Formats: sequence, C-alpha cells, structure tokens
Amino acid sequence: MLDFIPKIPLADWVNTAVERIQDTFEFIFDPIKEDFGGFVESTAEWLSQIPPILVIIIVALMTFFVSGKKFGLSIFAIVGLWFVYNQELWEQLMYTFTLVVFASLISIIIGIPAGIWMSKSKWAQAIITPILDFMQTMPAFVYLIPAVVFFGIGMVPGIFASVVFATPPVVRFTNLGIRQVSAELVEAADAFGTTGSQKLFKVELPMARKTIMAGVNQTVMLALSMVVIASMIGSPGLGDEVLTALQRSQEGPGFVAGLGIVILAIIIDRVSQNLNKG
Amino acid sequence: MSVIKVNNLSKVFGKKTKEALSLLDEGYKKEEILKKTGCTVGVNRASFEVEEGEVFVIMGLSGSGKSTLVRLLNRLIDPTEGDVEVGGENLAKVGKERLRKVRREKMSMVFQKFGLFPFRTVLENTEFGLEIQGINKEERANKAKEALELVGLGSFIHQYPDQLSGGMQQRVGLARALANDPEVLLMDEAFSALDPLIRKDMQDELLDLQEKMQKTIIFITHDLDEALRIGDRIALMKDGSIVQIGTPEEILVNPANDYVERFVEDVDRSKVLTASHIMKRPETVDIEKHGPRVALERIREQGLSSIYVVDRSKQLKGYVIAEDVKAAREKEEKDLHTILRTDMPTVGLEAPIHEIFEIIHDAPVPVAVVEEGKLKGIIVRGAVIAALANGSGVTEDA
Ligand SMILES: Nc1ncnc2c1ncn2[C@@H]1O[C@H](COP(=O)(O)OP(=O)(O)O)[C@@H](O)[C@H]1O
Ligand SMILES: [Mg+2]
Repeated sequence: MLDFIPKIPLADWVNTAVERIQDTFEFIFDPIKEDFGGFVESTAEWLSQIPPILVIIIVALMTFFVSGKKFGLSIFAIVGLWFVYNQELWEQLMYTFTLVVFASLISIIIGIPAGIWMSKSKWAQAIITPILDFMQTMPAFVYLIPAVVFFGIGMVPGIFASVVFATPPVVRFTNLGIRQVSAELVEAADAFGTTGSQKLFKVELPMARKTIMAGVNQTVMLALSMVVIASMIGSPGLGDEVLTALQRSQEGPGFVAGLGIVILAIIIDRVSQNLNKG
Repeated sequence: MSVIKVNNLSKVFGKKTKEALSLLDEGYKKEEILKKTGCTVGVNRASFEVEEGEVFVIMGLSGSGKSTLVRLLNRLIDPTEGDVEVGGENLAKVGKERLRKVRREKMSMVFQKFGLFPFRTVLENTEFGLEIQGINKEERANKAKEALELVGLGSFIHQYPDQLSGGMQQRVGLARALANDPEVLLMDEAFSALDPLIRKDMQDELLDLQEKMQKTIIFITHDLDEALRIGDRIALMKDGSIVQIGTPEEILVNPANDYVERFVEDVDRSKVLTASHIMKRPETVDIEKHGPRVALERIREQGLSSIYVVDRSKQLKGYVIAEDVKAAREKEEKDLHTILRTDMPTVGLEAPIHEIFEIIHDAPVPVAVVEEGKLKGIIVRGAVIAALANGSGVTEDA
C-alpha cells in the first residue's frame, strides 16, 4: 500500500549536492582550510607557549575586575586552572579555549547582523526562523559530515560545526531584544529625525544590549558544548581526551578531562554574564 | 500667521481604508464602520490652524484620537487623507529626507511616559536631537546645558533618568525638545503621568517658559482643568472628530453641543468661590516714593505690561502702563501723577467669580481687589479660568 512510490533517493541527492558545493566552492573552502586553519592552529600553539602562571594571573585579575572586585570567581579560576595544569591538560585546555573563542566570535559576527535584519523585516523573520529551528533541532553530529567534506579534519571543521550549532541563540536574542524596545522610545528616536542606522546604533542596540548579551552567553556555552563532538573530527583539546577515554573505557582520565571542560565553562559563563551586567 | 494648517486630515487604521472613508462620507459612526470594515477611525476630517506662539490644546476622552492626530502632525503616523502644512510646506507629501529635516529642526515632541533613554545621562538625553543632527560635541553640550538650566535641572546633568522623580524626568523630556530650538512643540499628555501637585507646577512652568520663548505648542490632554489652564485655544475631540474649537471662555460659555456641555458642566462651581480665593499678591509702586525709573524697573523685572500704583497706606491710586512709563522716563519726569490711569476694574473681597469673569473680559489690566480703598490683591484672567475649571481656586502664590 505504502510502496506506490519507490524510495525517494533524498540521501543520494544530498550527496550529489554536497559534492557539487564542494567542487564549486573549492576556491573558498581550500583557503579557509589552509590559511584560517593555520591561523587557528598557531593561535592555539602560541597560547600554549605562554607560561601557565602568567595566564592564571591574567585570568584571575580579569575575573576580579569583571565580577565587580569580588574574590570568589578569581579564587575559583586560580584553583581550577591550577588543577588543569596539575593534571597535565594545559595544552588541551588552550586548544579547547581557542576553538570556543573562534567559534563564538564567528557565531556572533554572523548572528548579530542576522538578528538585526530579522528584527527589521517581516520577510527575513519568516525565512530565518525555520532555518534556526532546523539548525537547533538537527542532532549536532549531523553537522560533522558536511564539516568534514568541506574542510577535512582538524580544528576548522570543528569550528564550522560549532558555529552552525551555536549561532541560533544570538540571532534569536538579537531579534527579540530589538523588537522589545518600547514603542515610545522608538517613536522618540523617529520624532527627533533619526535615520535608520542612527536609530539602530543610538537607541535600539543599546536598549537591546542585555538581551543580546544573554544570547551571546548561550552561544558561547553551546560552542563549548560542541568540543567533545568536534573532537570526533580531529579537533584537539579537552574534548579529544574525553573521547579517547571513552573509546578505551578509562573512567578516570575521562572524568578529569570532563572536569577541565566544566572549569572552563564556569569561568567563561561567569565572565560573559558579568560583562552583561556592567 | 498660522504655523500649522491642517486640512481635512483623516487616519483610518486597517486594510479597507477607502471603504471606511466613503462610509464616513455617508455619515456612518466610528463603531458602525469598525463592524462593517474592521477599520478603526483614528482621526476624522480634522481641520484647524495654529497661530505662531499659540498654545493650542487638543482635548478629549481616551480613545478620541488625540495621540493619532498629534502624530499625524509630524507624520509618525502617515495620514490616510488630507494635508498637514507646517510653515507653508505640506508634510503629507514630502519625501523621507525632507521629513527628517523637519523633525530635526522644526518640530520636537514630548512624550507621556517621558521617552527618555535609560542608558544616557540627563545631559546625553538632552543632547540627543542635536547629536542626530551631527552638531559637534561642544556646541551640543552647551545648548543642552542651556535647555536644562531653563527647566531648572542645571545641576543634575550627570544623573541617569531612573535617579530622578517623574516631574524631573519630564523636565528632561522638555529640555530635550527645547534643545533643538524647534518652532513647534508637540506634547502628548506630557503631564498626565505626574502627580496632581507636580502636574500643576509643570503647567505653571510651561506657561512661564512660554512667556519667554513664544513657541507654538500643541498640547494634548484628557483633562479639562489642564486644558483651561494652559490653552490659548482648545479643540475638543470625540470619536476622531473635532467637535469644537475655541478659547477657554468660549468653550465654557458656549458649548457647541451636548458632548462639550457634559464635559464642562461640573465645572460650574464658580458661585462658591470669591475674589479672595483667587487673587494674588500685587506688584505695586508707591506714588509718594517712586517715580518712572522704579516703575519701569519693576515692570521689566516681572515682565508686566502695567503696574498698580498705591500710596504709603496701600490706598489704591490707579495704574500706569509700560509705554507711558517709558515715555515719562525719557522725558525725565520725576513722578507718576501725569501718567496715572484710573479706569481699572475693581471688585470687593467677596465678589463671586462669575462676576469677575464678566468684567475681566475686556479689562485692560488685572482686576484689582479692594477693601476700604486698600489694594488687597489682583486677579489675572488665567486664575479665573482655572478656578472655574477646577474649583479649588487657590493659586500657588496667593
Ligand atoms: N496603531 C493602531 N492600530 C489600530 N488602531 C489604533 C492604532 N492607534 C490608535 N488606534 C485607535 O484609534 C483611536 C484613537 O486612538 P488614540 O489616538 O490613541 O486616542 P487618544 O490618544 O485620544 O486616547 C482608538 O480607537 C484606538 O484604538
Ligand atoms: Mg493618547
């Protein structure tokens, strides 16, 4: 009964499409893979070469000032980072951090303008909303496949998959934040003769700042949550340690590396939340 | 000269605006049109002119279309039909660029809930309009500070709006509008969110400012007392239409229809109030001591056009007008006897308000309140109208 149409070759179509894209855009993908990949790698290496004690001091100072001159977070950062160093996971931490920073930055650079566009145009909203839904509901593993096809293995495909997975919140929150600006303030801006971009930069974005920063925070956290998955396509770092431990059923090292991720997550989360308040 | 000229201006919210307009032509009411077409009539064929330097009040109940009408004037809302001429230019027809220029330079708006930017300081809020025009930092700070001085907030410039009381916040709103030095001020229920007492202060202050600056002001309110207090003329709106335009006296004395009458009927508390309730302390010169020089000084200081003259025991002698005093001063006369006038209206302390209302109409100077020949106080036109309006009659400086 149900077989009146033979199996639709959707998977084949997707294969062909991906191949096409790969061939057509080789001139983009290849330089990204080579040049950007090289840049990311050397950033991570450079970070790993900074003496850990220096990094710990800088982070401690930064958390101290960001959290309004309270000691709690700084103490946590000092102890947490020292622990990671003590477990000989310092280099992995630097790689993971690099991955998260690049993925977050790219997500934000794409996400905020997309959110702005969405807030300004009914059409953009109608088109972008289902795309975001799709991006968020699709299991994150699925993004690994095109990531590998386009960018091979290493840090770049990891960043690519993380960006796809982590961008939606910042887009949504930017859109929401701008749409929530009170009608009277928008009217006030209009009544004083603002142009579109004056209104955006002088009224809407400052008013939406807190909401947008909440989106940024979520985006960063999602990017961090991708590090284990990204390690499956060869992104080095703490995620890779977890994955290796998993493959070898070594609870101990797996737990320790996982703890490292948690420490990084807490520091990044608190810092980005406090930036929001300030 | 009229600064604003509104002709046959309509706004219909909804999709079938043409249909709604033609139903309006056929005499259908607002509710019927809503039922038939799903469209809301915001403003229905409004026509009026506002003179330069006039305070033109638009009054009506909530939902009568006041906010819509005022937003049609600077085109925050696009009209469905009709013309809005500002300084001879039809804003309904101009392009975006030009409209922006008009909003930047000619018309500023003050909002009911103040519309201040919470992330900007008082000074930065006040600078907003100038910043938008691309005026350099120094100049805009100077102009903004000037405007803030004008509304009495000179020492609060580095505070944020949420650190100020409602009344002060609205002063910032007013300063922001004034900093642009616009020809026209649009004020949509600007004082409605304030406590009654603060509201009265703000009304007085607006009138004071207006005396100095002579802007053209369109003031929206749902409150008759407020309208009577500050309006040179009042337009009454109902269901999107203007039902009467007139001076406060005209509205009170000759309500155009039942609607207006109902609006003003509980205003008639005039009989219980007397001159003593609404008079204020007179500004005087002493005929035995003072000559034209002192008289002129006082007249200038207080911004008067005339001043009452008394003798040492406060007996009312008459009044002198500014022009005469000036002339006398030029001729270097030593006293006021030659220019003294005595045709002033006088009433007793117990005179009821409606009596004063009748004589104040064509009086050349404020009414003198006299007891046993002594000048006890003076009554200005505004005080009578305010008293008729709100019945309290107690003027702040009485
Ligand atoms: N954006 C809008 N869309 C639809 N109807 C509106 C809109 N704005 C105002 N109205 C309607 O127009 C009428 C006049 O509203 P408004 O001008 O706000 O009155 P007021 O300021 O006198 O209280 C009301 O019936 C209101 O519901
Ligand atoms: Mg209103």
